[in-house]
Amino acid sequence: MFNEMFSYTFMIRATIAILLISPLFGMVGTMIVQKKMAYFSDALGHSALTGIAAGVIMGIGNTTISMIIFGICFALLLNYISRKGLSSSDTLISVFASCATALGLAILSRGGSFSNYSAILVGDILSITFNEIIQLIVLFAVILLFWCISINRLTAISVHATLAKSRSISVRVMENAFAVLIALLVMLSIKWVGILLINALLILPAASSRNISENFREYTYFSIIFSIFSGVVGLFVSYFTDMATGPMIVIVASVIYFATYVYGKDR
Amino acid sequence: MKKIIPCGFHCIKFIDLGVAFGDQQVLSGINLHVHCGQMTAIIGRNGAGKSTLVRAILGEVPYTGDIQFKNKMNGTMQGLKIGYVPQAINIDRNTPLSVYDLFQAFTGKLPILIRSKKEYAHVKEALEEFDVAELIDQPVGTLSGGQLQRVLLAMAVHDTPNLLLLDEPVSGVDKNGMDAFYEKMEYLKETHDLAIILVSHDLDYVYKYADNVILIDKTVTAAGRPKQVFETEAFKNVFGKGAVGDVEVGQNV
Repeated sequence: MFNEMFSYTFMIRATIAILLISPLFGMVGTMIVQKKMAYFSDALGHSALTGIAAGVIMGIGNTTISMIIFGICFALLLNYISRKGLSSSDTLISVFASCATALGLAILSRGGSFSNYSAILVGDILSITFNEIIQLIVLFAVILLFWCISINRLTAISVHATLAKSRSISVRVMENAFAVLIALLVMLSIKWVGILLINALLILPAASSRNISENFREYTYFSIIFSIFSGVVGLFVSYFTDMATGPMIVIVASVIYFATYVYGKDR
Repeated sequence: MKKIIPCGFHCIKFIDLGVAFGDQQVLSGINLHVHCGQMTAIIGRNGAGKSTLVRAILGEVPYTGDIQFKNKMNGTMQGLKIGYVPQAINIDRNTPLSVYDLFQAFTGKLPILIRSKKEYAHVKEALEEFDVAELIDQPVGTLSGGQLQRVLLAMAVHDTPNLLLLDEPVSGVDKNGMDAFYEKMEYLKETHDLAIILVSHDLDYVYKYADNVILIDKTVTAAGRPKQVFETEAFKNVFGKGAVGDVEVGQNV
């Protein structure tokens, strides 16, 4: 039956895409959970709509570019206002995210045309093209490189920012770089995963891994393994059951979460 | 363990240090000289600006005035390297971070996702000096207050700082832990070429172990040997006469 599945090129492309995206989600997710930024990545996902809307208004044909540019600006803005600490950061992020989402929805729904864009809500990995896979390969290389260089400093900052600073780690630069990285990952994969589910994929593998790991290596590797596993299994199950891929992946990831929760509780 | 004799020639000077948040002057006119091989304790009531002073020294908050680090042998100025031990760290019980990870995240170049025998042995050796080598694989969230503090100390002195800056580091540590901690400070003074600045609430320990005491309340209100400072009016105003009775001036020494 796998023979039949892989006789479709779209399934081959989708599998490759999953194998590229899911380890990144698992890896970046560990730091999002560690730095308690789940709200932040959620807001970024929602702002994708606004990015598309901005592209439509300015007449940019390739909305991926407008999404990325908007996402990066939005991420840096969120970082800036959280750092100012005028109000608690989850409130602020929520305010800005709702505002951006509403703006995007309003613009895209002009003339009753929102149905053209509704695919982005749940995503469609089966529609990925060869060129877009190349994009993902580049993204994969960039994030992996960044991770090797920055993982220690990001971890240090998550433990104690002042202590990190006293060891001449530039906290602000690192936090902005990490925010931009999340923006890139979210915006380049949102078409395949969908706005509604992207945060689940970032958070669930890392949260599952946290249930059972005792050090950072285990944490990262388990998270990557869970992420790849849920991606691949979710894709195959969705093929055989003829249901949407994104939700299926999240369902598998959730099952893993509950399993690790029960298993790790007695630890 | 190699022994480094404090040379006594290094001196850190704080010249007319002041910190203001908006219109509010939190600290002003702080003048201090700190020498290597000596422990200076900073005491004061809550809100007197102790933590702000620490943050200013770390460069966390903007300050006026100057912090100079001088080598008295030849009068040259050098960059000041600070080993900082915070009050607490943001780790909850189930955080998947081992002592090795924590140490390496702050001091190492090799990504913590890769473990090399060499780095592991290196971290272990650094922990050994503070008798916590056996904790190297333990999750940081499960350490006791005293254990965590030793790990943080090991990290702080790891790359030979000129100044060890401790911000009330003994919160949540029992009496045995306190004794051990201050004895470790004595040991550091003797074996490392560094000056120690300690923000503390524990007056009896300060009295017993500190070389110099600075009492601050927005500015320096008393400074000198513990005995001198503990007898000043300024000290008695803040801590009451009872405090002096508690520490039994002159009998602990």
